[in-house]
Amino acid sequence: MLEQIEGSQAVARTVAMCRPEVICAYPISPQTHIVEGLSRLVKAGELRPCEFVNVESEYAAMSVAIGASATGARSYTATASQGLLYMAEALYNASGLGLPIVMTVANRALGAPINIWNDHSDSMSQRDSGWIQLYVESNQEAVDVHLQAFRIAETLSLPVMVCMDGFILTHAVERVELPEPEQVDAFLPPYEPRQLLDPAEPMTIGAMVGPEAYTEVRYLAHYKQMQALDVIPEVAAAFEQRFGRSSGGLLRSYRSDDAETIVVALGSVLGTIEDVIDELRDQGVSIGALGIRTFRPWPSEEVRSALEHAKRVIVVEKALSIGIGGIVSQNVHGALEGTAVTIHTAIAGLGGRPITKSSLRRLFADGIAGELTGTTFVDLDHSLVDGESERMMQTRRSGPHAENMLRDVGIVGAGPV
Amino acid sequence: MSSLEKPFAITLEVGSSRANHTGSWRTERPEYVRLTAPCGGACPASEDVQQWLYHAEEGAYEQAFRKIMERNPFPAICGRVCYHPCETACNRVQLDEAVGINSVERFLGDQAIAGGWSSPAPAAASGRRVLVIGAGPSGLSAAYHLALLGHAVTVRDAAPAAGGMMRYGIPKYRLPREVLDAELARIAALGVQFQLGRNVSDVISEQLEGRFDAVFLAVGARLGSRTNIPAGSAAKIIDALSLLRDMEDDAAGPPLLGRRVAVYGGGNTAMDAARTAKRLGAEDAVIVYRRTRDRMPAHESELEEALQEGIQVHWLTTIKQADAGRLTVERMELDEHGFPQPTGQFDELQADTLVLATGQQTDLSLLEGVSGIEQEDGVVKVDHNLMTGHDGIFAGGDMVPAERTVTVAIGHGRRAAHGIDRWLRGAPDTATGEPEGSASHTGVGPAPQPVEVPFERLNTWYYSDAPKTVREQLDAVRRSSTFDEVVLGLDESTALFEARRCMSCGNCLACDNCYGVCPDNAVIKLSRGGAYAYEIDYDFCKGCGLCVQECPCGALEMQPELI
Amino acid sequence: MTATRLKYFQTGSFAAGNRLVNPESRSVQSGAERANAITCGHRACQGCGEALGARYALDAAMRATGGDLIAANATGCLEVFSTPYPESSWQLPWIHSLFGNAAAVSTGIAAALRAKGNTHTRVVGQGGDGGTVDIGFACLSGMFERDDDVLFICYDNEAYMNTGVQRSGATPPAAFTTTTQAVGEEPGAPWGQGKSAPLIALAHEIPYVATATIADLRDLEAKVQRAMSIRGARYIHVLVTCPLGWGTPSSDSLRVARLAVETGIFPVWEGAYGDVTAVTKIRHRLPVEDYLQAQTRFRHLFKPRRRDALIERVQARADRNIRRFGLIDPVEYDPVALHVEGGS
Repeated sequence: MLEQIEGSQAVARTVAMCRPEVICAYPISPQTHIVEGLSRLVKAGELRPCEFVNVESEYAAMSVAIGASATGARSYTATASQGLLYMAEALYNASGLGLPIVMTVANRALGAPINIWNDHSDSMSQRDSGWIQLYVESNQEAVDVHLQAFRIAETLSLPVMVCMDGFILTHAVERVELPEPEQVDAFLPPYEPRQLLDPAEPMTIGAMVGPEAYTEVRYLAHYKQMQALDVIPEVAAAFEQRFGRSSGGLLRSYRSDDAETIVVALGSVLGTIEDVIDELRDQGVSIGALGIRTFRPWPSEEVRSALEHAKRVIVVEKALSIGIGGIVSQNVHGALEGTAVTIHTAIAGLGGRPITKSSLRRLFADGIAGELTGTTFVDLDHSLVDGESERMMQTRRSGPHAENMLRDVGIVGAGPV
Repeated sequence: MSSLEKPFAITLEVGSSRANHTGSWRTERPEYVRLTAPCGGACPASEDVQQWLYHAEEGAYEQAFRKIMERNPFPAICGRVCYHPCETACNRVQLDEAVGINSVERFLGDQAIAGGWSSPAPAAASGRRVLVIGAGPSGLSAAYHLALLGHAVTVRDAAPAAGGMMRYGIPKYRLPREVLDAELARIAALGVQFQLGRNVSDVISEQLEGRFDAVFLAVGARLGSRTNIPAGSAAKIIDALSLLRDMEDDAAGPPLLGRRVAVYGGGNTAMDAARTAKRLGAEDAVIVYRRTRDRMPAHESELEEALQEGIQVHWLTTIKQADAGRLTVERMELDEHGFPQPTGQFDELQADTLVLATGQQTDLSLLEGVSGIEQEDGVVKVDHNLMTGHDGIFAGGDMVPAERTVTVAIGHGRRAAHGIDRWLRGAPDTATGEPEGSASHTGVGPAPQPVEVPFERLNTWYYSDAPKTVREQLDAVRRSSTFDEVVLGLDESTALFEARRCMSCGNCLACDNCYGVCPDNAVIKLSRGGAYAYEIDYDFCKGCGLCVQECPCGALEMQPELI
Repeated sequence: MTATRLKYFQTGSFAAGNRLVNPESRSVQSGAERANAITCGHRACQGCGEALGARYALDAAMRATGGDLIAANATGCLEVFSTPYPESSWQLPWIHSLFGNAAAVSTGIAAALRAKGNTHTRVVGQGGDGGTVDIGFACLSGMFERDDDVLFICYDNEAYMNTGVQRSGATPPAAFTTTTQAVGEEPGAPWGQGKSAPLIALAHEIPYVATATIADLRDLEAKVQRAMSIRGARYIHVLVTCPLGWGTPSSDSLRVARLAVETGIFPVWEGAYGDVTAVTKIRHRLPVEDYLQAQTRFRHLFKPRRRDALIERVQARADRNIRRFGLIDPVEYDPVALHVEGGS
């Protein structure tokens, strides 16, 4: 059923069709519309049986989901930004306990400074939390991947984060094909927990594990998550078979099979990137794109085979690992270890700054021209940071490392741009 | 759901910690003990008071009675006349007031009489014959125990009825004769032969004649001591024991004492004589005693009852001269050693009769010609089995050195019976004179130890406070009234209440506290229930000591762990 | 003999059991069939009050629910000593998630049960004072205000014992902890700080709030039983002693808890919907000094010199509790009434 619908509402409708039994949420932009929509469905009796719990914090939201999931209920919550960080402790716990909770992250920047707009700082900060992280590039994909997320989570008994760009997707009204409930029921079997708080068969969940077995527990957690590299494509294939459209999976290549330059990105920015690629292809530039749909577990081999034939890779990322630079690019570096592929890192769209076609065209051109060095900050206001860095240099001693960084972005010695 | 599906290490099987034997942490171990409660330790008749109260507080009165009867055949008598050193020793004194053990015993004795409960069945006949001389408490107690042990017992006494001092020394208002007769009847029912009105003057010939294998002498102290008081010829002076004995001679009628009676002495017999005089119509019944109240040998309760009945006491007074209708008395004062010394101040006291209650003596004339028997201070020397220096002749009660009370005499009788039994069987001696494998040990729980339980060993928080209403009821019961029995008995609810005030010192009372308070679930509750139905699970006991500390009655103690 | 005429002055009202009363009237702990929700082999210190309190409370809840119970546990001593891999001491379905989220996990369990139409299985959340009054307080308050169908039990030993005796919001003034050392003008934990979690719970106007101690088993069990007969958010705050952190012999764990009650230091009461509805009276009032001297965490009030002013301040706190809650009744205490009304 095709509908003109806001992304959040589409996700809410889709999640409802997955028949979650417990939904808990704390308001934080930009996910709020999702749980608002779900609360209405629960209150109206359209989603039943389901308990909607208005909790007092994100920490409680994840904790309620933990309790509910451990009691055998399909559990869902959604969050973003600071909220995700506030539940960080519980995120690790949920994955450590192997509870198949599904959570939407409506990606958003982190403070300070407080900023409510989109980037990937939040979910990227939790990339090591043991959760499967799926990134979607459109609201259609958001709908489709949420369906798949429950199946993946419950197959593996692992929690899954569906990351969708806040505002850009959550608040965008688009035509979306919503599934029919019967289709969902056929695709997603009822939740059968692997461990359960049940008086009829009591067990102790959440033991303390010391040095004698902790390594093994962590190894097994890693092993289990790596199984998702097989499960995710299987689920995507099953999805395609039932719903007739391709969605999800590990990666999505776009005109990259023969490309000398491949742009790697996650999320909604891929749409803009693909538009630019189409233009550049029309101009005869050998360029393509690789969308990372599964960031955790990291599909290293698949990434390598998708990229190893290229001359260069430009990783466009919406998050910054302060003190080193790109996050995704580090993972790409690992995947391409031993190849001759040149990897460039471009930090773009932080805190909701639009990533324009012209900026991308300039970035790709610079990359193809061999003019990119180090980490590129797309559309950085050079005059502003130059002035600020000058002032910082005057007021306190500045060593060579920080200046080298400025030189990388073409400030020191380059003068105002 | 198989365990293979559960996440490794994070999810565990329930109760799996039982594999971790925390008993290895222990440096001390709790152990159940059975100690002597102060009441039982103080009982001259060796009653295991705590044990019979244990039954009584369950309402199992017959069982409680039977427990008493293991040691003492006279619960109804002792429940009236015993001066209950058990209550003096009772730890509950330090909490509120002593458990009314004596009144519960009396209740049980009366229940037994009313219910016609019999003595235990005697052992198979041994074929041995024992002669008991004297049908007082000591002789009857010995006869009872000897009969239970299977021996043929004959009791001879000069008096026309059995009971000794219980009949001829203790007034009716303290011990109704129907109670005495009922408890005596139980002994007769055991097959004990009573030959009354038969004075024994030659022990050896009677033993030979009757072919008795052993003899128990229990002739008591039935002679009043004659204090040498200068007296005019018209002075009427009688001794207290004669007065009390004459009270039992229905044919002779009540003794005539006059309007004013003085009793000389400060013992229980003096109290009995004065109270009897009062009941016989004396307007003034006066006790003359040469020392002070705190030095008086009479029991406080006896004095108190006498005073309540209007009897006066002249303290620090001696009688110098008795004449018709009057006495000359001298004021005394105590010297630095507490002895009364004459002051030279004289006074006169009006008295129609002077009753002397200045001591009792034993008539040991029947021992003349018996070899080996040693006498000292008018009594017979015995060993711890109460055997005299003459092989096979035992003695007890007032005629041996001891406190002269009914209960002490009953204790002697039992001890002598077991001594005689061992002697007859040629069985080895026991150090204490107590039978081996003392009867208080039921076979359940640890063996009894002679250690007495101090109050500090108890955890009294667990003993509930007694409500005021019941206390008042008890106080009323304990008050005295008339020539009828002075002290009334308890009814069932008050007896049960009183029994349940027992703190079970040193003995498990099955309160489950040890089982409840162990943080390590290391106390196992046995299915049989009752006292000592617990075991320490030393696999898990960490030795924290909580069970010991929280045992209300001190029936557990810590012992160093032997490593 | 009617039931009302039977009086148990020996033990029975206060001891775990008594052979003189019928089995139904004995405490849960006196029964061989008790659940032993936390069983032996756990690694709690000798004489651990919390291990005891947890078994008392959960066994009572197990009896009240016929064993149909799930527990969520905060991080802390109780969790650590009961579930070190590979052994668990729990015999009921039990989950440990985090230090601060036991109440929220409990909410989640209750929500899942409700969603599944399971109206019979009940939920207990539990934690120490740190996991309850400090780090877990937001989740607890949220659970209260939503009136989630959870009984939360705090085993309050008045400091962070698992991490080595640091001060918590439940640490009483003057108590030594490793972060409130016994030095300076006002040694030990500061005055004018800390909070009463049960009174704050009461302020949520939830259906049931109670305090209890391990020293009065009957009272504790009756309260758990009462709590389990009610739906909605319920809170029981149980004072549990800690031989390690309080500096008491392991055998004194119940004695010291008893002293906390008998001195008025720890008021024992029940409340519902915002009001205190009942108090457990002090049986034999004692001066706070008896309580303080029993524990080395208050030793500095007596050695090297006696600090009367500080002892008096502690006494004043106890006196205030006695006044405020009416812990001493002019009418003579009647154990029979307790026996009947306490339902024990």
